[in-house]
Amino acid sequence: MRQLPIEGQLPFYLSKSIGGMILLEKLNKTYPGVQPLHVLKDIDLSISQGEYVAIMGASGSGKSTLLNVLGILDDYDTGRYLLDGKLIAGLSEKKAAIYRNKMIGFVFQSFNLISFKNAMENVALPLFYKGVSRKKRNQLALEYLEKVGLRDWWHHYPNELSGGQKQRIAIARALISQPRIILADEPTGALDSRTTDEVIQLLSQVNAEGITTIVVTHERSVAEQTKRIIHLKDGYIESDNINIPSLTACSK
Amino acid sequence: MKFFEFDTIREIFSTMRQSKLRTFLTGFSVAWGIFMLIVLLGSGKGLQNGVSSNFSNYAVNMVNVWPRRTNMPYKGFKAYRRLRFRDQDMEMLKNHFPQIDKASGIISLYGNTVSYGKEYGNYGINGVMPDYKDIRMLSIEAGNGRFINNIDMSEERKVVVINQRVADNLFRGEEPLGKYVQIGGIAFMVVGLETKTSNDENGYCYIPHSTAQTIYNRRGYTDEFYFTVTGMDSPEANEAFTLALRKTLARSLIVHPDDTAAIGVWNMAENYVQTMRIFSTIQLFVFIIGLCTLVAGIVGVGNIMVITVKERTREFGIKKAIGASPSNILNSILIESVIITGVFGYIGMVLGIGTLELLSLIMENATGTGGDGPKVFLNPSVDLNIVLVATGILIASGLLAGYFPARRAVNIKPVEAMRAE
Repeated sequence: MRQLPIEGQLPFYLSKSIGGMILLEKLNKTYPGVQPLHVLKDIDLSISQGEYVAIMGASGSGKSTLLNVLGILDDYDTGRYLLDGKLIAGLSEKKAAIYRNKMIGFVFQSFNLISFKNAMENVALPLFYKGVSRKKRNQLALEYLEKVGLRDWWHHYPNELSGGQKQRIAIARALISQPRIILADEPTGALDSRTTDEVIQLLSQVNAEGITTIVVTHERSVAEQTKRIIHLKDGYIESDNINIPSLTACSK
Repeated sequence: MKFFEFDTIREIFSTMRQSKLRTFLTGFSVAWGIFMLIVLLGSGKGLQNGVSSNFSNYAVNMVNVWPRRTNMPYKGFKAYRRLRFRDQDMEMLKNHFPQIDKASGIISLYGNTVSYGKEYGNYGINGVMPDYKDIRMLSIEAGNGRFINNIDMSEERKVVVINQRVADNLFRGEEPLGKYVQIGGIAFMVVGLETKTSNDENGYCYIPHSTAQTIYNRRGYTDEFYFTVTGMDSPEANEAFTLALRKTLARSLIVHPDDTAAIGVWNMAENYVQTMRIFSTIQLFVFIIGLCTLVAGIVGVGNIMVITVKERTREFGIKKAIGASPSNILNSILIESVIITGVFGYIGMVLGIGTLELLSLIMENATGTGGDGPKVFLNPSVDLNIVLVATGILIASGLLAGYFPARRAVNIKPVEAMRAE
């Protein structure tokens, strides 16, 4: 593995020509409290369109917080966050909702499907908030279920599905609004190894279609499937490496 | 996204289906509030209608005066003298009391045989003056002739106004107007048909007061007086009037001023005003109880909305993460609240009105007052405006109760919301 210098010194072909989809500059976040917790410390990060990135780190290293900030689910204190060239700071919930709906698809560890909606309705839900007609969005939902191999399961409710199936449905839901970025927070955390592979393959496939994919994980095997691995430790970026599978294979 | 859209409604119904119990409980407290309000107000109204309908055989401002025996010796007269009212007593009272509006003497005779052809019956014969019609609120509809008039009085005509019962019994569907009936062997021409007491068991005949005085040997005298009075709204004013009336009449008839039992006075207004006062108090009382029930309903709705919003915080977080704006979520909560309160409010209203109808039916049968007997419960009804206002208040309070917790939940950052369980 080759050590890469971080943002600013990224190779030309990565940061400039393709364009920085995500750009963090000296970003800090502290959780207030009796003992304030400084979770993100001077993070500088640039992720370009189409990249497949894993964020790794021990629990408490700030990786989930980083992902939440990237997904505009959480805010930050100081520094700058540019998403597709737009400064993300102090957004109203309404603005944030618009950006999320337009730009970002989420995949969560706990799936976060809505329990009283069937698979198709769950997948179609983001389009409801975009104002797409019911017929159109259900048709699209079926297409995306097809993509994740669960078309025949469209009428099942989440509690009738296995963990792997739920996660695939969550991925279909994340994809249906055609986001530029997929943010996955421990997507395989609740899955066994076989279904983990299915889900990771699905994410790789998503990335192959040109969607920037960022996966937070603590599983080495999952990270190995990505093309860039960022290690966080105590709120700092400890390392940021390009992951070349062939190299890994050679070193074995 | 528009506020009101079919898809939004569908979305809301799917969440309502998801939590049937909660929907039912919210709805129930609304329906119950409206139901109780309607039943209470309606019963109050029914009670009032029932009792006041008992007054409706008379003008509510009617005063009836009749002579009795004296109880004390006075100015050379012995005790236990039977009093009689004279024509001039009525004139004197009319001049003395400007409150007196309409006045009529009455000569009442019972058990006179009235016949027409082969048909005959025993009916009450009343010798009355033209004002009697208005005092007793008799009704002669167009085409049914006329009541006793002043010319009948001055010419002592032998004319008679019969009521429906007499017409039914004697004429058997034949046209009575212009026909002659025999009363105590004297022919009277029927000039009017009175229909107000058409349900009444009793038959009545009205003849001119002057004619009755002549025929029945009461020239210059009358049996009782009937008046209507105006301009007295309080029980106190009516009491004072009754007292003054007694005094004046006692002086005229040479009766001891303290001998109150010698003259009978029935002042309808005195009773009516008092009864109506009681009823307006009851109405107010009932209204306050209804309002309290409504408040309980409002608190119920508020409570359940608070819990609902708390329960669904996680769901809201997920929805926001996948692109729902705060207003999407807020709107859906508010519309849900309005639909529940509206629909169940309506159900409560319908049930309440149904219950009132049932109550009315049962009460009518139970008291056996299908006819003209005294009523205690009649036409329970509620002012529709009150119902609409009450429903409006409930919906508005559902909105408010949903709005504040919902706004707070909606403004929680999605990460935190999703963490909630």
